[in-house]
Amino acid sequence: MIAKPLRHNRGFAAALILFLVLFVVYHILHPRGFSTAVFIQNANETVAIAFVAMAQTIPVLVGGLDLSVGSVMTLTACLASYLVVGTPAQMIFGMFLTLLAGTTFGVMNGLIVVFGRIQPIIATLATGAIAMGLALLLRPTPGGDIDADLNWALTNSVFDFAETFGLADDGNAAWLQPFANIPVPLIILLVVAFGVWAPFKRTVTGRTLYAIGSAESAAKLSGLPVRRAKIAAFGLAGFFASCGGLYLAIQTSSGNADITQAGAYTLNSIAAVVLGGTSLLGGIGGAIGSLVGTGILRVISFYFRILSVDPLIQPLIEGLVLLAAVSLGALRTLRIKNKLEHFR
Amino acid sequence: MTKAKEEIVALRDVSRYFGGITALSGVDFTCHSASVHGILGENGAGKSTLIKILSGVLKPSAGEVLVEGRPVTYSSTAEAVRDGIVCVFQELSLIPDLSVADNIYIDTPPKRFGLIDRRAQRKQAAELLARLNASEVHPDTLIRDLSLSRRQIVEIAKALAKSPKLLILDEATSALTGKDVDTVYALLSDLRADGVASIFISHRMHEVDALCDRLSVFRNGQHIETFDKGERSDAEIVRLMIGREISAQYPPKPKRQPAPPALEVKNLRWENSLKGVNLKVEAGEIHGLGGLDGQGHKELLLAVFGALKGVEGEIKLHDKPFRPTSPAACKKAGLALIPEDRKTEGLMLNLSIRDNLLLPNYAAVSRGPIIDSRRADEAVRDGVTRLQIKAGDTANPVETLSGGNQQKVVIAKWMMLDPDIVLLNDPTRGIDVGTKQEIFRLMRDLASAGKTILFYSTDYAELIGCCDRVSILYDGGVVAVREGDALTEDAIVAASLNLHERGAA
Repeated sequence: MIAKPLRHNRGFAAALILFLVLFVVYHILHPRGFSTAVFIQNANETVAIAFVAMAQTIPVLVGGLDLSVGSVMTLTACLASYLVVGTPAQMIFGMFLTLLAGTTFGVMNGLIVVFGRIQPIIATLATGAIAMGLALLLRPTPGGDIDADLNWALTNSVFDFAETFGLADDGNAAWLQPFANIPVPLIILLVVAFGVWAPFKRTVTGRTLYAIGSAESAAKLSGLPVRRAKIAAFGLAGFFASCGGLYLAIQTSSGNADITQAGAYTLNSIAAVVLGGTSLLGGIGGAIGSLVGTGILRVISFYFRILSVDPLIQPLIEGLVLLAAVSLGALRTLRIKNKLEHFR
Repeated sequence: MTKAKEEIVALRDVSRYFGGITALSGVDFTCHSASVHGILGENGAGKSTLIKILSGVLKPSAGEVLVEGRPVTYSSTAEAVRDGIVCVFQELSLIPDLSVADNIYIDTPPKRFGLIDRRAQRKQAAELLARLNASEVHPDTLIRDLSLSRRQIVEIAKALAKSPKLLILDEATSALTGKDVDTVYALLSDLRADGVASIFISHRMHEVDALCDRLSVFRNGQHIETFDKGERSDAEIVRLMIGREISAQYPPKPKRQPAPPALEVKNLRWENSLKGVNLKVEAGEIHGLGGLDGQGHKELLLAVFGALKGVEGEIKLHDKPFRPTSPAACKKAGLALIPEDRKTEGLMLNLSIRDNLLLPNYAAVSRGPIIDSRRADEAVRDGVTRLQIKAGDTANPVETLSGGNQQKVVIAKWMMLDPDIVLLNDPTRGIDVGTKQEIFRLMRDLASAGKTILFYSTDYAELIGCCDRVSILYDGGVVAVREGDALTEDAIVAASLNLHERGAA
């Protein structure tokens, strides 16, 4: 599973190594490093942006950019703040509706791109503004009242999850102990990533995504479902973005139509995608890489806390690190033999 | 020929037009099961259009296509594949960033629980590759890491995976090594024994000879004749392929005076395209590059103009060694390249005629960093008159001009630099006869003024009419140089097919 991407995608391998080094050093420097509390804090601060980065990955694979992912996350968070309330069954139905709404929004993006023949970047710039507008209508001021138990259970360790819902002897069952200290947010992230993305990649539609990004005319000549795959790409992006929105709503127990936050999430998602070894030209990479890319971005900001870096110079350092990391990807062009191909 | 054979495909009076150009006109063509059918013809004879219609890439403008007796109209290659018509395309249909196995089973992978079964896919791909004697290609390798010849083998494997009834090979062997070509031969014999029909297009006459049961000759979009192998001699086939009148007028050629070489190329090598090109072009000469498409002409011109990286060999300008490091450096050294595709490489279509003309010339019309508009106007006026560009206002976008006039703008912008050596990459493609004549006259004027011209054209008649000498390229090297009375269409065609050493034609 991991071996093949490692061999074929040096960008992903480099990102994974970079992340592991940064992460381990961070915990060595941290006064309470390698403790469950810090792991949980790390995971909680990573989940929403990781989902948005996975969302961004898929349009990027077909050679486009989705500028609406941050806004869709915000919109679905606001929606969830109304829907995820009441009895457990009602809450679960509310979660389902939230994810459905996000996916529908993504499919709509795909339809506009495919049938409107509009560049993804400009189509999603417009629909992103629409999503933001809807979010502001839903939540002119931050608010909502998501169940406190749900919030507690999903933002802590497996033990806390079991204790909250009275499962496995309130979390004391012997079989649970090996997993008891794993942060629940990390599990959610991995379950969605490997439960949705990994199987999708192994369908003809999933393979078509890569084919389109790599050589669209060859994909057509080979008789692949190019339109369907593009619509699916944006639909799946909407799904992942709404996973991020749903988690954000539960984490903050509320919905907040924060324009600045939506924009920052969109831009950071692009950075995470590139850091994770996905080519902006399409055809190379994957959502798992973007998880690692998100990890790198987040760990860098964690360092600022423990090293008490002046907040004023944090953006400067983030920018330099990002530039250095993506420059590694540009080494590829040294192999091109026909200089005219640089422009193709 | 006694075995009972069924008609697999038949074309009835099929024509295809592109705008005003006729690519195929009134073609009747039949292909039978259990046969290998060769198609011969010059560049632009309609071979590619024919197979594109058969394989569902193009629809005929008129006429009928019958598959096993049923009339069909395909709107995609997938529909043709469903009927068992599979084409190995000349321009490859492989996805560079996917693995060999993914590509072979790209649209019909083996599945398990609804998901692609990678293990089964890898195993089946390995079996297919073994059948093609290419076991050294690992199914997990990415296509972009393979050489051109390995990619071609994968392309053939991809076609085989679809269990074709009719397999079309368009120049499928041109990128292959000798060993692979033998494999393909054996494969086609096997397929024939299984009742599969193959259509085989190749520029290599001896391959067609060795492989095919039946041959069809195309010329200018028409089906000229179909006959069994052995009914016609090589010379007769060459005559069937040419047989057209020369349609353009050419300026008279002056008697050639011996002159020092202006451009000399020795043992030029690049990737798989140039395999040791030797060329000597004299000052005041129009030197043609002939041969079939894809034998390295374009790469040769690009290499001399510094657009390729990793070129080996020696280039001399006026007896001085020269390293073409970049197009800019070549421009400074007095070279100019009129590119092949004026729409993408020659012009900025939505900029004005004036801006296009001035593009490489700003330095000449500027004082310091400022463009002197009076001098610029003068230069533009000069260019327009010199090439007789028919344009209302030079401020109009260049895309408003006709194809011929657009090409004149491309040429004019380089002429303003007064280059010493002009490289022309198929400059007359798709332009009208009148403009062609003007371009030929300009070339001759330049040559008479002592400039050197290297001229690649896919049209042999132009090479014969225009050039003092013609070098014929085959498989990345010059195989023959013809001049004077020896410069005939027969001679060029024979050399292009690399027949000359066997004394044919």
